[in-house]
Amino acid sequence: MNATTQGLPAQTFQAKALAPAERALSMIGGDLTEKSLRLHLEGLAGVDAVGLEQRAAALGTRSIKTTSKAWALDTIIELIDLTTLEGADTPGKVRSLVAKAVNPDPSDATTPRVAAVCVYGDMVPHAVQALGGAWSRGTDNGINVAAVATAFPSGRSSLAIKIADTSEAVAAGADEIDMVIDRGAFLSGNFGLVFDQIVAVKEACRRADGTYAHLKVILETGELNTYDNVRRASWLAILAGGDFIKTSTGKVAPAATLPVTLLMLEVVRDWHRLTGERIGVKPAGGIRTSKDAIKYLVTVAETVGEEWLTPHLFRFGASSLLNDVLLQRQKLTTGRYSGPDYVTMD
Amino acid sequence: MTRLAVPKTYKLYIGGKFPRSESGRTYEVSTKDGAFLANASLASRKDARDAVVAARAAFPGWSAATGYNRGQVLYRIAELLEGRRDQFVDELVATESLTKSAATSQVDTAIDAWIWYAGWADKYVQVAGNANAVSGPYFNMSTPEPTGVVAIVAPQSGNALLGLASVIAPAILTGNTVVVVASQAAPLAAISLAEVLATSDVPGGVVNILTGSPAEIAPWLAGHADVNAIDLAGAELLHWVDLQVIAADTLKRVLAPVNGAPAPSLERVVAFTETKTVWHTKSLI
Amino acid sequence: MTDVNPQSASRFLDYAPAPESTSILHLKPSYGLFINGEFVDGHGDSFQTISPATEKTIAEISNADSSDVDAAVAAARSAYTRTWSKLSGADRGKYLFRIARLVQERARELAVAESLDNGKPIKESRDVDVPLVAAWFFYYAGWADKLDYAGLGPNPRALGVAAQVIPWNFPLLMLAWKVAPALAAGNTVVIKPAETTPLSALIFAEILQQADLPAGVVNIITGAGDTGEALVNHPDVNKVAFTGSTAVGRAIAKSVAGTGKKVTLELGGKAANIVFDDAPIDQAVEGIVNGIFFNQGHVCCAGSRLLVQENIHDEVVDRLKSRLMTLRLGDPLDKNTDIGAINSREQLERIRELSDIGEKEGADRWTAPCAIPENGFWFAPTIFDNVSTSSTIAREEVFGPVLSVLTFRTPAEAIAKANNTPYGLSAGIWSDKGSKILAVADGLRAGVIWANTFNRFDPASPFGGFKESGYGREGGRHGLAAYLESAGWGSPAAGSTTVSTTRKQASA
Repeated sequence: MNATTQGLPAQTFQAKALAPAERALSMIGGDLTEKSLRLHLEGLAGVDAVGLEQRAAALGTRSIKTTSKAWALDTIIELIDLTTLEGADTPGKVRSLVAKAVNPDPSDATTPRVAAVCVYGDMVPHAVQALGGAWSRGTDNGINVAAVATAFPSGRSSLAIKIADTSEAVAAGADEIDMVIDRGAFLSGNFGLVFDQIVAVKEACRRADGTYAHLKVILETGELNTYDNVRRASWLAILAGGDFIKTSTGKVAPAATLPVTLLMLEVVRDWHRLTGERIGVKPAGGIRTSKDAIKYLVTVAETVGEEWLTPHLFRFGASSLLNDVLLQRQKLTTGRYSGPDYVTMD
Repeated sequence: MTRLAVPKTYKLYIGGKFPRSESGRTYEVSTKDGAFLANASLASRKDARDAVVAARAAFPGWSAATGYNRGQVLYRIAELLEGRRDQFVDELVATESLTKSAATSQVDTAIDAWIWYAGWADKYVQVAGNANAVSGPYFNMSTPEPTGVVAIVAPQSGNALLGLASVIAPAILTGNTVVVVASQAAPLAAISLAEVLATSDVPGGVVNILTGSPAEIAPWLAGHADVNAIDLAGAELLHWVDLQVIAADTLKRVLAPVNGAPAPSLERVVAFTETKTVWHTKSLI
Repeated sequence: MTDVNPQSASRFLDYAPAPESTSILHLKPSYGLFINGEFVDGHGDSFQTISPATEKTIAEISNADSSDVDAAVAAARSAYTRTWSKLSGADRGKYLFRIARLVQERARELAVAESLDNGKPIKESRDVDVPLVAAWFFYYAGWADKLDYAGLGPNPRALGVAAQVIPWNFPLLMLAWKVAPALAAGNTVVIKPAETTPLSALIFAEILQQADLPAGVVNIITGAGDTGEALVNHPDVNKVAFTGSTAVGRAIAKSVAGTGKKVTLELGGKAANIVFDDAPIDQAVEGIVNGIFFNQGHVCCAGSRLLVQENIHDEVVDRLKSRLMTLRLGDPLDKNTDIGAINSREQLERIRELSDIGEKEGADRWTAPCAIPENGFWFAPTIFDNVSTSSTIAREEVFGPVLSVLTFRTPAEAIAKANNTPYGLSAGIWSDKGSKILAVADGLRAGVIWANTFNRFDPASPFGGFKESGYGREGGRHGLAAYLESAGWGSPAAGSTTVSTTRKQASA
């Protein structure tokens, strides 16, 4: 490991006290330090990549037909964070996205709404405005606004900027914050820094009334690279207070994969087994077809149980997925194959 | 005035020691002309049982030794035989009524067979094993491993010393341990060989040698559940099909009888090995 | 579909039925014996093959008596002498390539037939059995003109007529394991599928006709144990290959003693699946499940003894039970079925009997909660915990979805317990520590060792056992050598060669 970090000698570094996050305190014990966190994370069971990928592939062979498929398609829509995260995003683009989120299929009023729209922080006011009465305002009714924050997607900025980025979005009405972890810090072994930043961002999610915006912690699994790292980072993010663990920004390949999502679900399952607490999971990026999304539903249901198939505990970060689900939904309803001209652009 | 010779007592070789038969029995070994040579031990089924116990006890250590090590041990046997060449020539001349040159030729061939086999100890794995290109993310390797305890009926008709080398060396070089029933008619070379083995680097119990009646002992070995294989090389005149039938009770590997001393061959080495295939997952992440 | 109301759907996990269509099958009401390239009626009393999932009859099957066995062996001998031994290796290989392609083309049909007749889940017949069948023919096809490299010296010789008797657990795959290397090496074949699972072999006979394989090169005769006995004891066969129980294997080894027939026996097993406390735990749990519940545990190399390090016993058993709750037992033809039907009433009785003994001997029985269909033969996934090494269920092959859980404290103890059985077919090791895995693999007396995986098969990978699990290898170069004899060097191979063969070789 690094001899020093932030100029501290190794001994001091190891003994460095971390932010007293509630979950970590109860799981690891009173003296929460860089060293105790490291020992905890390194004590987690390893992952055999071949076995993990085979299990994911096997789950992917489930055949979901008729009534199950109809339920699955609607559920997928209800779990989508409809996303636009481009440098070219404009208020107009966000309004269009919101319109799609509220009314995904104008030809079929039975179509459910998506869970949230996901935008950059500066677009939050436009999203809130466009949603109008459809905005949930943090309740269970309506559509949430999620904002990416903390120098998304790279996470390369000072903690002060990350905190400001977060608080501004929350102040503007963001119901959910999708933060990125500092992958550089993680890969250099500086778990404590990653931990403290999550704790700090969580605190920045606090609203004036004392409630919190939901915090999704993006691990950027494509950069963490190994499954062992994904398991440790997932565990770390939960210990630090994340409400959701999320695979990817969508800006790095590979983004969400079924094996990586399965692994994160296994962490969530283990956390629940130990504490009774339910943590959410959000695969994001790269899920474009209903067929793929159904594999994720199966994986959730058979790993943590189908009670996880609710927007509180599972989301898809996606954009083009929605239209493919709508095409499939139209096929189920009419018995005929539909085409791209029969669903709307967002 | 000639010196009165000191005759040798021939006993069994079990677990690195030279016990008499627990039965107390001996039988007379004589020249082809009928002249008395020695009293050899007439091994009993209990001696065979003890020999199997000794062979099994020696198996873990011997099979875990490196091929390089086993090769050197076999080579050491050849060295010691070379040093006692004259003794073996004399013994063969007496017991097999060979000419001196024929006896010398047999001793030399036997020594060379030990050397040939010694060289295989760290190579047969490469020849009999291989990496397997399976269609998946797996390391997959097949290697031969010793079968375990091998019972051997040594060649019975002539070639006493060469016959022993031809059946013992290929079996033990891979890590098997053996219980050998020596030539009934010419057991002396076997016990003299045992003396060589006892003073060489072969661990006790790796080679156990019984003298006596193969017809009496072999069925006990063929039926012994802790024997994994049986080499019927010298069993041609026995009811060897019956032995094979008995051996089938625990699915022993069986080599059928041969005429004379089997020629050195890799197949004889591989015959008492088991191919083990190990799979392991491979992944960068 | 407009009446679908998602809100009223039952649990998502009660996936709606997803049956594989049987319309792809074109079964005949009755099947003859396949001798000399044609279907002919057998002279024994015909029997019915049933679906073990419904107990409904699938087809009427001919029964070969000894005269039919004679005819089949004569056809194989004639084909060997007149045709097959005169073909070039390259041409033999081309026939095998053709067969591989035809299997791929008719893969779905074969998978459906297999699941129907055997009771195994369609996802296994579709994703494991049938693809491996094609792979086996493809692999050995390429060997046919490269026999000089099989490790037996130059110009190795075919043995002649091979008598092959195969079990009911992987009907078509076992046929491929036997037929592909035999033909590649230049032998002709008489093969007998198990009496409860003849269907896929008979469809395979149609494939041989489509491949235009010369008549008599492969003969497929159906019948029960006495047919198999007549086949392996036929004086004009040169090679016997058997996969099945150790009891029958033992009888074959006795009956062929002194005949000079070369023998390969692939028999029972009682594999240890060893889980260390540093194992990748989720994959280990999957490996335990796959090890014992794949194919309803009807697998000779099944990981039927879970040896788990004592300090993680409770956690592993707990996770295992949770995992087993998600297994889906039922219609083998449903694409979501994980556990299909037990192959026969007889086998079901045996599994029940051994499980009852396990319970009487004091082990803790736990059965996954799942609904058992009314008709057919079924046995829910079952775990016995606190099993001792002396328990009957820890020693005898159950050949069903029944796992015995034992514990160990040190790697040395794990090896000792794993080896404490007359069998020696396979074993599993789960650990993240490479040096330990390799050392444990060295210590295990078993022919196939899976480290951090289980129940993997590949045509390039030799398969077969130590000790009473049989001898000879199937798969890979070793599997090819089992159908050849050296023309140039060496002495006889283990198990089967007579004095006369040996004399010839010794004097060569």
